[in-house]
Amino acid sequence: MKKLEHELSMKRLPKSPTGIQGFDEITGGGVPKGRPTLVCGGAGCGKTLFAIEFLVRGATEFNEPGVFMSFEETNEELTINVASLGFDLEDLIRRKKLILDHVHIERSEIEETGEYDLEALFIRLGYAIDSIGAKRVVLDTIESLFAGLPNQLILRAELRRLFRWLKVKGVTAIITGEKGDEKLTRQGLEEYVSDCVIMLDHRVNEQTSTRRLRIVKYRGSIHGTNEYPFLIDETGFSVLPVTSLGLKHIVSNERVSSGIPALDKMLEGKGYYRGSTVLVSGTAGVGKTSIAAHFAEAACKRGERVLYFCFEESPNQLIRNMLSIGIDLEPWVEKGVLLFHATRPTLYGLEMHLAVTHKAVNAFKPDIVILDPINTFVISDKEFEIKTMLMRIVDFLKARQITALFTSLTSSEGPLESSEAGISSLIDTWILLRDIELSGERNRGMYVLKSRGMANSNQIREFMLTDHGVELREAYIGSKGVLTGSARIAQEAKESAELLIRKKDIERKKREIEQKRNSLKAQISALHFQFESEESEAIKMIEIEQDQVKRLKQDKLEMAESRHADKENISSKNAKKNK
Amino acid sequence: MNKKGTIVKNWPKDLEPILSSHDNDKYVLRLYLTGSTCRSALALTNLEKICEEYLEGRYELEVIDLYQNPSLAKGDQIIAAPTLIKKLPLPFRRIIGDMSNREKVLLGLDLRDKQNE
Repeated sequence: MKKLEHELSMKRLPKSPTGIQGFDEITGGGVPKGRPTLVCGGAGCGKTLFAIEFLVRGATEFNEPGVFMSFEETNEELTINVASLGFDLEDLIRRKKLILDHVHIERSEIEETGEYDLEALFIRLGYAIDSIGAKRVVLDTIESLFAGLPNQLILRAELRRLFRWLKVKGVTAIITGEKGDEKLTRQGLEEYVSDCVIMLDHRVNEQTSTRRLRIVKYRGSIHGTNEYPFLIDETGFSVLPVTSLGLKHIVSNERVSSGIPALDKMLEGKGYYRGSTVLVSGTAGVGKTSIAAHFAEAACKRGERVLYFCFEESPNQLIRNMLSIGIDLEPWVEKGVLLFHATRPTLYGLEMHLAVTHKAVNAFKPDIVILDPINTFVISDKEFEIKTMLMRIVDFLKARQITALFTSLTSSEGPLESSEAGISSLIDTWILLRDIELSGERNRGMYVLKSRGMANSNQIREFMLTDHGVELREAYIGSKGVLTGSARIAQEAKESAELLIRKKDIERKKREIEQKRNSLKAQISALHFQFESEESEAIKMIEIEQDQVKRLKQDKLEMAESRHADKENISSKNAKKNK
Repeated sequence: MNKKGTIVKNWPKDLEPILSSHDNDKYVLRLYLTGSTCRSALALTNLEKICEEYLEGRYELEVIDLYQNPSLAKGDQIIAAPTLIKKLPLPFRRIIGDMSNREKVLLGLDLRDKQNE
């Protein structure tokens, strides 16, 4: 719906892109095309620079030549001033893309003798516009006319005519104006230039300065009304559209390894989600940076790009320190896949940091961003502001599917679960490192406090820094509580001794049973033998008896024969027997 | 272009100080106008009157129409019209407006004090 409205407004009002980083985003396309825009602000807030960049970008990127009419700086001064920002005005002038015209008014030379108009200025400007076919015009700062020409009535009437004339000419103009006491500009130029008014501001808060830009008015177009921080650096002007983000980022199911296999195991064996935000918090010296360095190294090995913001250590110091735990980051820096960005948090204000982060991320296009540590911002500003700033960073990184790892130092007095910056709710995976002091030792424990969207381990692991990186050990958890360090080792030794004894017991028992079995076997075989001998004896006796029975029968038969008994009877009896 | 007196074009710059010291009374004037508007005409008439009255025979006046020579506006730093430039005698001065305020024109041409003497 909003997008549709946006598109409609684009159709209604043609816009002229300024080419200034970020500005075209917040205005939905730039300044109103063919109309004058007022850029106002105090001294040194960057009005002239904004205007000159508008012209230079127009000439170089959009093929729209421009005329810069300066009422303050001479052409030479202007050329030198913007050369430090990489703008070569002389070259543009040679190529007929730009005309600089310095209007010099010396009050002491002027005598007013009656009615006059500024037609000569119009002719002068018109001539410059026509000679290169200019589409863009800058008047910087036209209010200087008020100092040079005494008759304000004429001047005001002529200015009104000038802005109308510019519209008729169809040029996109930027008019700069010095900030007034109660009005936007000293001479109330906003009365004449009513299409678009942009306010620049340069504030110093607790010794750090922040530049801000605000669109006061943009007739016929929706626009962000917030104050946007902006930067002026060696590449010119850049505005940061940081507050316009919603919670609509694409979510990835891809996982990225933390660089520590045991930690990956705690996170379903796969590691963090790509595009998620990881917080590693803990007290001083528990190894937060080491975890970050592991993550960075693993990403570099996968061929991803890592941008590492360090706010406390210099890159060289960090590389040296990480070498001591076996992580060599230097080759990756040389290869260009790892970039360190080291600044003191106190160097600029929060929004400036945000701006710098934006710019660095846009320039380097990393897959992973590490901020180490975030809580150093706390000294510079208030908690609410830090939270909004970090929220902006998180949103910004998420929108680009960049995995972010923040480290945060928690003071040992406060509860460990509260991060000072108060950003816990923004974090997807929170790894907590803590000291476990026991029996005269200080050991490191690690656990995953939360990890959105995965079944993370609830175990506390002992965390060890070795010369080949971070190692996680299963902490001893038993009837005696969680034991770490030498207490754990002692407990483990005790347990293994007990185990040995038990093993021996079992072996002995096994042996005893074997012996029993053997003796039983011997007994069985003896009995068997006895039984066999008895059996054979019994068989013998049976045979003897049978022999005797036979013999008796034989004897009977012989006796019967001798007594001449019935032969038939006897023979049949014998036959039956034989059968 | 309106020509009155002796006009020297392409005035050599290095000669200016010499001329001004030798011939202090010589006036070199240039009037910038924007077309033939009432204001232009008024300015020209007023100026001619003053020149005839005070500077007869010792002035050079060049009249330039900016519509015909728009590039000249930049060189002489002209923004208002009409503008009369007093190149010589020094000091350099711009007299803007339709010259209807005679006193101010005389002041601008450094003729006022002389008259009083």
